This record gives sequence, structure tokens and C-alpha cells, in this order.
Amino acid sequence: MASGRSEQPKLPKAIKLLVAGGFGVGKTTMVGAVSEIRPLRTEETLTDRSVGVDDLSGVEAKSTTTVAMDFGRITIGDEYMLYLFGTPGQERFWFVWDELARGALGAVVLADTRRLADCFPSVDYFERRGTPFVVAVNCFDGSPRYDLDEVKLALNLGSEVPVLLCDARRRESGKEVLIRLIEHAYSRRPAAAKEVSAR
Amino acid sequence: MNMERSPGEHNEEWLLDEPIVRPYVMTRGRTDARGKFDLVTIAVTIRSTTGAEVGLDPEHLTIARLCRRPLSVAEIAAHMDLPAGIVRVLLGDLLEKGFVAVQQPQSETDVLDERTYRAVLDGLRAL
Ligand SMILES: Nc1nc2c(ncn2[C@@H]2O[C@H](COP(=O)(O)OP(=O)(O)O)[C@@H](O)[C@H]2O)c(=O)[nH]1
Ligand SMILES: [Mg+2]
Repeated sequence: MASGRSEQPKLPKAIKLLVAGGFGVGKTTMVGAVSEIRPLRTEETLTDRSVGVDDLSGVEAKSTTTVAMDFGRITIGDEYMLYLFGTPGQERFWFVWDELARGALGAVVLADTRRLADCFPSVDYFERRGTPFVVAVNCFDGSPRYDLDEVKLALNLGSEVPVLLCDARRRESGKEVLIRLIEHAYSRRPAAAKEVSAR
Repeated sequence: MNMERSPGEHNEEWLLDEPIVRPYVMTRGRTDARGKFDLVTIAVTIRSTTGAEVGLDPEHLTIARLCRRPLSVAEIAAHMDLPAGIVRVLLGDLLEKGFVAVQQPQSETDVLDERTYRAVLDGLRAL
């Protein structure tokens, strides 16, 4: 298996970003707005491993939980592929969240000021996990206009966490959010911390 | 988490309980490849297959065909309408037999270098 290694072509490396937030907040919309491909949907299944998986006779009786995720792609030159995953519904699907967050460069938490509490679980999750994130307030028509500082306060965010307004339907707006996220992740990378503490 | 939610507000969309006979048969019961391939592990076909090769199923050949250009596990799964776990197993077969090469994504412990951040920022700005 290792014999063919030398002829391995140079492949683009994937970078994962997540778009999280409550139901209907605009995750799929944002993924679709910035993606170069029509957003795709993939499924992960959760199976009970304790049941013998080689026992085909038991298979028919078995059922699994299936979680679907929307995602899009942005090709960056021939070196990187940026994948943007909309996280599935909160709370019940942490097993998928953990998989998505593993190795992710950062996350966008979308918030709707009419239902700000809907994004608490996402904020908690990324804080606890140490995943860099920004909060993007999706401006629906008719939603109350809060000062971004008020949103920050209501979400009890650290002062370093960027909070910005966006329109999930607009590509330019989504782009801007992603740029802020990458800049934030860059400033938070372990090497940056070392640079600061070395001073 | 103590959040108020109207019952049935969401999740149904995501939650399907169904038997998975077909995928299990397709992978001969193997389900073990999750640790090996991330959703964004990228695969590309490096050796063409005619189907005459021993031990390759139609699904293997479909993957080999899709991966003439580099594609992630998630994309292969979406295009084939198969759960990602099944694609991981099939991709493992193709890798073992030398038909595909894979590129793992950045691992959790790797620190992205400055060049990577810069490339991503430039790429996004150029969109
Ligand atoms: N007016 C307005 N509608 C939006 C905006 N973003 C999303 N929507 C709509 O809100 C609904 C839910 O969006 P969706 O992306 O599916 O939410 P998700 O559940 O977070 O993936 C859809 O009908 C969208 O068209 C926005 O910025 N403004
Ligand atoms: Mg959605």
C-alpha cells in the first residue's frame, strides 16, 4: 500500500468552516450564497457499535439515526478547498458537531435578534471547544435593530469575539463574514499567542 | 440546556429512522472507516479502472469515475446519495488497492501556517 506513495499527485488541502445557529436563522442560505457549487447535502449515520456489525442476519432489524448536513465549497487556487458546513439542529446531534468541528478553522454563529437565545448552544459549544468563532447577526426584515454591543452583552461574549451584521442572502456579505472569521482565527492561532507572550 | 422550544419546530428534517440494509450489504457489514477519513478528506483517482478488476463493485467504479477530479468524501457521498460512512468504507478499499490517492485535511494539532491564512484571505477577497 505504501509503495505508490512517491507518485501521489499534489492534491488540494481541505479547510473546514462551520455555519451554526438556530433553526431558520439562515445557515443554508449563507452557505449557498458564498458557495461556488449548488449546496450539497450529505448524511452521517449513528449506529450502535455494540451490536455485532458483521452479523448480517441482525441487520434488517436494526435502525440508525441519520443526520443531514448542507455544505458548499470555495476553491482557493489549486492549493486549498474551503468547505462550509451548515451544522445540523442543535442539542441532539453533538456526535456530528464533534466530527465537523474536528480540525475546523473556525465557525460563524448566525444570530437572529428576534430569537437571540437560539444561538446560545452554538456559542457555548465553540467557546468550550476553543474553536474560533464570530457572531453574525442576520438582518431579517422587521427584526429589531440592536446595537452590536447589546448583542455582545446579551450573548455574554468575550471582548475579542467579533460581532457583525450580515445579510445571509448576499454573497458579498457572506464573504465579509468569512474574511472576518479567518482574520479572527489567525489572531487566535497558537503561534500568535506565543508571539505575544514572548514579547 | 434549558431552552424553550416549540415541539416539532425542527429536527424532523434531520432525523430519519430507517433500516439500512442496502448500505450494509454494499460494504459487507463493514462500518469501521470513520476514523480514517474526514468528511473533507479529498480523494483523486490515480489509476483507471475498467470494472474487470477483482473485488470492485459498481459503487467503487462510480467513486473512481467521480474522483477523476479531486473531491471530498462529503461531495462523493452527496453525488452518490449514500451515507458518508459507506463512502468511507468504499474509499478505503480503493485506497488499499491503489486506485485513489487521498489528502487528509489539516489535523487538529497542526498549526496552520501564516501562508495558509494569507492564501485563504486572498482567495476570499478575490471571490
Ligand atoms: N428576509 C430575509 N430572509 C432570510 C435571510 N436569510 C435567510 N432567510 C430566509 O429564512 C428562511 C430560513 O433560512 P435557512 O437558510 O433555510 O435557515 P437554516 O435553518 O438556518 O438553514 C429561508 O426561507 C430564507 O430564505 C435574510 O437575511 N433576510
Ligand atoms: Mg438549513
